[in-house]
Amino acid sequence: MRIGFYPGCSLNGTSREYNESVKALAKAFDLDLAEIKDWNCCGATAAHSVNKDLSLSLPARILALAEQQGFEEIVVPCASCYNRLSVVQHELTHDEALKQCVTDILEIPYNGTVKILNVVQMIEKYMQDKIEEKIVHPFSHSVACYYGCLLVRPHNILQFDRLEDPQSMDTLMTKIGATPIDWAFKTECCGAGLSVSRTDLVAKLSGNILKDAADRNAKAVIVACPMCHSNLDMRRPAINSYLTKPVDIPVLYITQAIGLAIGISPKELGIERHFVTVNLN
Amino acid sequence: MSKIGVFICHCGENINGTVDCHKVAEEIAKVEGVEYALDYKYMCSDPGQTLIKQAIKEKGLDGVVVGSCSPRMHEPTFRRACAEAGLNPYLCEMANLREHCSWVHEKGEATTQKAIDLVKSLVEKVKRNKPLVNIEVPVTKKALVIGGGIAGIQASLDIANAGHKVILIEKDPSIGGHMSQLSETFPTLDCSQCILTPRMVEVAQHPNITLYTYAELEGLEGFIGNFKASIRLKAKSIDEKLCTGCGLCTTKCPNKKIPSEFNAGLGTRTAIYVPFPQAVPNKPVIDKEHCTYYQKGKCRVCEKFCPTGAITFNQEDRIITEEIGAVVITTGFNVLKTDYFPEYGYGKYKDVINGLQFERLASASGPTYGEIRRPSDGKIPQKIVFIACAGSRDPAKGIPYCSKICCMYTAKHAMLYQHKVHGGESYVFYMDIRAAGKNYDEFVRRAIEEDGVNYVRGRVARVYEKDGKLIVKGVDTLLGAKPVEIEADMVVLATAGIANKGAEQLAQKLHVSYDSYNFFAEAHPKLKPVETNTAGIFLAGACQSPKDIPETVGMASGAAVKVAGLFSQDKLVREPLIAVVNRSAPPIFSTCVGCFMCQTACPYQAIEREEIKNRNGEIIKTVAKINPGLCQGCGTCVAFCRSKSIDIQGYSNEQVYAEVMALLNN
Amino acid sequence: MENSESIPVRLLKQTGVDVTHCYQCGKCTAGCVLASEMDYPSSYVMRLLQTDDRENYQQVLHSNAIWLCLNCENCIARCPMEIDIPKIMDYLRAESLKAGYVNKKAKPVVAFHRAFLDSIKYTGRLYEVGLVAGFKARTFRITQDLKVAPVMYLKGKLNLMPEMVKDLGKIKSIFSKTVNNKNRENK
Repeated sequence: MRIGFYPGCSLNGTSREYNESVKALAKAFDLDLAEIKDWNCCGATAAHSVNKDLSLSLPARILALAEQQGFEEIVVPCASCYNRLSVVQHELTHDEALKQCVTDILEIPYNGTVKILNVVQMIEKYMQDKIEEKIVHPFSHSVACYYGCLLVRPHNILQFDRLEDPQSMDTLMTKIGATPIDWAFKTECCGAGLSVSRTDLVAKLSGNILKDAADRNAKAVIVACPMCHSNLDMRRPAINSYLTKPVDIPVLYITQAIGLAIGISPKELGIERHFVTVNLN
Repeated sequence: MSKIGVFICHCGENINGTVDCHKVAEEIAKVEGVEYALDYKYMCSDPGQTLIKQAIKEKGLDGVVVGSCSPRMHEPTFRRACAEAGLNPYLCEMANLREHCSWVHEKGEATTQKAIDLVKSLVEKVKRNKPLVNIEVPVTKKALVIGGGIAGIQASLDIANAGHKVILIEKDPSIGGHMSQLSETFPTLDCSQCILTPRMVEVAQHPNITLYTYAELEGLEGFIGNFKASIRLKAKSIDEKLCTGCGLCTTKCPNKKIPSEFNAGLGTRTAIYVPFPQAVPNKPVIDKEHCTYYQKGKCRVCEKFCPTGAITFNQEDRIITEEIGAVVITTGFNVLKTDYFPEYGYGKYKDVINGLQFERLASASGPTYGEIRRPSDGKIPQKIVFIACAGSRDPAKGIPYCSKICCMYTAKHAMLYQHKVHGGESYVFYMDIRAAGKNYDEFVRRAIEEDGVNYVRGRVARVYEKDGKLIVKGVDTLLGAKPVEIEADMVVLATAGIANKGAEQLAQKLHVSYDSYNFFAEAHPKLKPVETNTAGIFLAGACQSPKDIPETVGMASGAAVKVAGLFSQDKLVREPLIAVVNRSAPPIFSTCVGCFMCQTACPYQAIEREEIKNRNGEIIKTVAKINPGLCQGCGTCVAFCRSKSIDIQGYSNEQVYAEVMALLNN
Repeated sequence: MENSESIPVRLLKQTGVDVTHCYQCGKCTAGCVLASEMDYPSSYVMRLLQTDDRENYQQVLHSNAIWLCLNCENCIARCPMEIDIPKIMDYLRAESLKAGYVNKKAKPVVAFHRAFLDSIKYTGRLYEVGLVAGFKARTFRITQDLKVAPVMYLKGKLNLMPEMVKDLGKIKSIFSKTVNNKNRENK
């Protein structure tokens, strides 16, 4: 079955390794991911902070294209895009007037029938049952699973995992031999879109997250969002100047962690593209 | 031909100020069937009533209409006057010329005309009234009190002291309820068990009270004054006549790790156990679900050691039935556990506890003998945080109401902590302080001013554990919404008061209304706090809504008086304005076809099935029969009946139709 | 033209959120990761809006807080009254731009958003080089991320050429009907 794939702007650029690892995993599990043709940027934080209609129209176009191209389900690895697409779909489903207004702007039909999956849901639905038999190098380290803010909130719309202390990534990591720790910053925001305009605040927020993980002896932080990865990884120099004791824990995408466990090479998973060196045994 | 007397009241200026009462009397005198009509200043007064009585005797009246105030005010007055003059009281009706006319319109022709129309319609009704006789129902003078907490104990003692028999049933092995779990009570800091246990003993020893513990209500049938209750006496596995309460068995039981309900999960108990040392009755029960013998067939150590051979394994539950006249519901409430709160750890942090658990820590008979210690490592907390409104006033969590008692008991807990841990720091995160009782606000001020408790106005977003400490992330809204973080050793949540488990099922068994939170419903929120909508069933205490001990005791005594009032009569007199299914001569017997739609519709379960038999005992037909003790005269069955076989005495279809047509034909 | 309806009523109509439900418990502020950086934390903003006072409303539009807010949704997740604070924040941001009131300290944040949207308007997909260039032009932060850029390029994470959507006309049309449409009421 063909499943739609919406990479979003970051997967083709600053988070290229996420794209590579998702595709590598899909290949290993015989999942047919087909990129949505001519997709546009979902607008992310900038659109909804500035103009409501724009913030609805950009994601609506993506969903309309997916419908037109015959996809029943789409996988959206970027948590921010996943959040925007899901929220817009929900709002348009529950407000006929709004749906009409957006359709007028788009001038293409929109029905809201596509099912949107985040990367964890993709793994749970299509890969979970076959992981254990494929394990070659168990990922036996203690890890801090970091969900970020947009995977589980707003809960009444996304209906994914649970609001406080979510467990879906922890469960997957346990399957590949890791020991997920119980820690306090699973869903506290890393600084999101302020990465460029207020790098100082990102340093503070992401710094607090890494400090808690380090204090509890995590050897890696596992993420499912390119923005979180970028803030925790690329902004490490800023973080380390904020913290009194620098932290060198690497940050891995969950797709990379699973990929390593089932024997895909680090190069194929884009591990070398990280800023913080990943040297786990 | 009818001979109806019409009496129009001026009600001072209340009616006459807007309605021309004299004209009304004049016009009514012209109506066919009206023998006598007059108007007078105050019909309800002594001379006014005398006018009515004289008219009945002198003119031979066979019906009376009084055009005055609402029947809710003076219907009993005028009916009594008619009865004293020898006229059946149900041949007297009132036309409401005050609340329905003079008080809601301006003075004028139209208002007077409306008054005339109203009186005319009642005249037409009274022409069709039939004399009716009050219904008498016998009363069994025994009360059933369900629930042995302080409310049930108080109600039982009051009813028993009034000279009536009481059956008190309690589902736990001992009476006492939550009050027996408290360490000290506000606002006096009285030792809770010290003031409670004398009452518990009084209940056990009172000659008028029969106490069944480890018992639950199985079912209730009947109606006010005439209930039949079936009670399940759960198997205690003890022969109570032989058991002396020595307690040796509880020391020998090898199964010691069962979480103790009395200690709110903080301590343990054995499978054969007495819940607490001052339990009444002070005899153990065997918890079948945890006993090694019942679960696996081995052990029986207690039996070997019992000096009187009182242990009786394989005892079965017994069901007994009792005839009772009134029921008082005093089943109490419960509080949310800490696992209800995702942001405070889903119950996984051992040192995050709720208010009831803190009471057990503070109590001298608790798992730590009255010392405040952390459940995780037994250390004494140096910094403690109390979070008020945990779950209450929280629509997102499904509990929008205020639980009333938490502000007071949180202040109490903080004070107890400061008294027991010198040099300890306590914080209370609150939204408002609700201390509305006698000496209550002074109590809270004492906590703040004398005992040094730090009150911070704001709620706590989350609590998490790090390096053995609990990090509390709160806010001080009085400082312009300034975030506040505290590293605490223990966190106490003042969790919301909720209905007890099984409340819904009990309400359905008793046919008593309850709300969406499963609290039992009082008959009227202001004026009937201890009655329910079901005649003969009363309630008291926290089963109606969370409340403190003084209110509970007050309500319990109130319910007891209602029961005593009910029992002060040998027979209950009820108004005969009830529904009746028609009966006629054979071969028809009744136009009722036996569809029993009325039975499903009746909100009061007042409709029964009656078999009409011939001389040989064969059933000819089964028809509906209204129970005169239960019927409230609401008229639902009359509307449902497809064959028009049911009518309400005093409000028959014919009477109501005549009233309406009289209004329309004008 | 004076707006005769109250501020809470207007907010309710425009966003569906009723600020009168807020009873100032402060749980949102307690859980907000950036509360200590904000001039008016979220519960304070709610109070300013509730008072239906023009001056208080201007204070909110002028604030730094509405631009620091990350829309991480921690507040609504915990609010006992389920008040959609992020939705109010989005509305306040748009109003603040419409009124031309942006707080001085928040200018870099707004500059970033505008540079982001400009980039999408012209290519349909984000062009990082264009984004940062646009940001630097608006803020004069010439040295922003100068050290990071070469490393990103060497790691293959920086595209020097933009990726373009084929149906660019549609993208332009979306922009002209929304952000650039002066007549459109922000619903």
